[in-house]
Amino acid sequence: MSEALIVLKGIGKRYKRGKQSVPIFEHLDMTIPRQDFAAIMGPSGSGKTTLLNLLGGIDRPSEGTINFDGKRMDNLSENQLAAFRAANIGFIFQFYNLMPMLSAAQNVELPLLLTKLGPRARRERVKTALAVVGLSDRARHKPSELSGGQQQRVAIARAIVSDPKLLLCDEPTGDLDRETAGEILGMLQTLNRDLGKTIVMVTHDPEAARFAKRTLHLDKGRFSEKDLNA
Amino acid sequence: MTFFQLIRKNLFRKKLRTILTTFAIFVAFAIFGILATFQNALNSGADTASADRLIVTNKINFTLPMPIAYASRVATVPGVKLVSHANWFGGYYQEPKNFLVALAIDPQSYLDLYPEYVLPPAQRAAFLGDRGSIIVGEGLAKQFNWKLGDRIPIKSNIFRKVDGSDTWDFTVAGIMTPGSTGVDVNFVAFHYEYFKQTRSFGGDTIGWLILRTESPKENERISRTIDAMFANSPFETETKTEQAFNKAFTEQLGDVGFIILLVVGAAFGTILLIVGNTMMLTVRERTNEIAVLKTIGFTADSIFRLVIGESLLLASIGGLLGLGAAYAASIGLAAVSGGRFGVMAFSPVTALIGVGIIVALGLLTGLLPALRAMNLNVVTALGRK
Repeated sequence: MSEALIVLKGIGKRYKRGKQSVPIFEHLDMTIPRQDFAAIMGPSGSGKTTLLNLLGGIDRPSEGTINFDGKRMDNLSENQLAAFRAANIGFIFQFYNLMPMLSAAQNVELPLLLTKLGPRARRERVKTALAVVGLSDRARHKPSELSGGQQQRVAIARAIVSDPKLLLCDEPTGDLDRETAGEILGMLQTLNRDLGKTIVMVTHDPEAARFAKRTLHLDKGRFSEKDLNA
Repeated sequence: MTFFQLIRKNLFRKKLRTILTTFAIFVAFAIFGILATFQNALNSGADTASADRLIVTNKINFTLPMPIAYASRVATVPGVKLVSHANWFGGYYQEPKNFLVALAIDPQSYLDLYPEYVLPPAQRAAFLGDRGSIIVGEGLAKQFNWKLGDRIPIKSNIFRKVDGSDTWDFTVAGIMTPGSTGVDVNFVAFHYEYFKQTRSFGGDTIGWLILRTESPKENERISRTIDAMFANSPFETETKTEQAFNKAFTEQLGDVGFIILLVVGAAFGTILLIVGNTMMLTVRERTNEIAVLKTIGFTADSIFRLVIGESLLLASIGGLLGLGAAYAASIGLAAVSGGRFGVMAFSPVTALIGVGIIVALGLLTGLLPALRAMNLNVVTALGRK
């Protein structure tokens, strides 16, 4: 596989619970190469979502360093992290998290409001992103007028519209039936294979994990790896 | 989509709530605008008063008379350029509900003292030349359909004529127009000499003196001199600037400013709580969405602007509609009142204060929820779902 996109070194993460400090990870190392599609599995409370939050720069490690594309991101300020996320990371959530009052196109356009792109360029990008997920004909529909699968596709379009290097997916098919889940996972595979997006996906579902190139099992703050493509 | 459109879409996502809150703001600003218009009207006399005009009244109360002889004595005080006098008539037209500010004046000196009451030269000459004539404000002429040459009966609820009747008939000789914005010409004036000769009591007394000084700097000295001149007489005087006199006249109704402040304060206090509570509720409901926005790259500053923008937009819609309604109401009230309460106008100052309150309301009600949204912990908020 190609060079590393993300490198985690000696990551420790502890949460305060009352007066106690509860460790989630200690001395965790991890490397995610470019164009990787990694599924992260593990029992509840193993730290999957915490890991995803650290990779996405919405949480900070208690210790250790995180390098993204050769640059440290764990020491950035809040505003720098926000700008970093807007430019480099697309998020896909289990419950889609679309804005109910906005149309599909407007939801997809949201991350572009943070850029210096003009209205025409934004419209073009939104059009392309919706075409990639096969929802060109649903651009004007509100989330409430779309099925769960369609809403998740809008969420994927929102995640890729700013052309990020990394897509972070938190149980992206957890709220979908098997058939629709297959479509969504197939779409993520396409984004990884054809557009070169690096994808890290947290899932409980072994079937979903099969769509990834490799599966990392997280338990008690340690990884064990299973390469499905091997 | 623009940032503003995002704010607008957020505001109108719960239409009924937004409409009801907007209506509450609308009512508060309409009350403010209408009461401010009333206050402006009551203060219009004081606001347009000339700095070099003084008013001499009976010291006990300005409703009590004083001898007309005081006019010639006051004219001898150094620094006094011109003296005139007026008498309250207590008039109405046809029915008591058609109350009129009616004054018996010394025509020549009075019109010289008040150049802001504009009369065409021919009408002025006609008025000065006919003791039985009257000049009327243009608003009243319009309201009662008075035209030049009309004979109009004016009744008094204070005076009686020597023949026992309470009605004086006058010929309309002139229609006054204001010389500048805010000048109140909604009154009628007629010859004091004619009034004195036909009234059944009052003799050689007048209501008050008006005088012009050589300079406003001389006002205090001249006031002291005049009041000292009549000290210990049966008709002691009190001399004030015209502005102070007009203000005291308005305050007969009570401290209108304070009453208005109380009413407007209560309205805005209530609206502050309503809108503040609505905004807090709104942000609490959107905790997850705000967390998502922050996750996809919205900075804390942009989240702050989104929430503050929403509260400002809400306050602006309700507030501007309320001020607009007050403006429309002021036009209607001016027509209905016929100027009996002064110049009923929605002033630019009222509009500016209103806009200031809109901004303050928007900022105050949005500040706390905006700070809350800005400091929202994304991990906690997303984990709550």
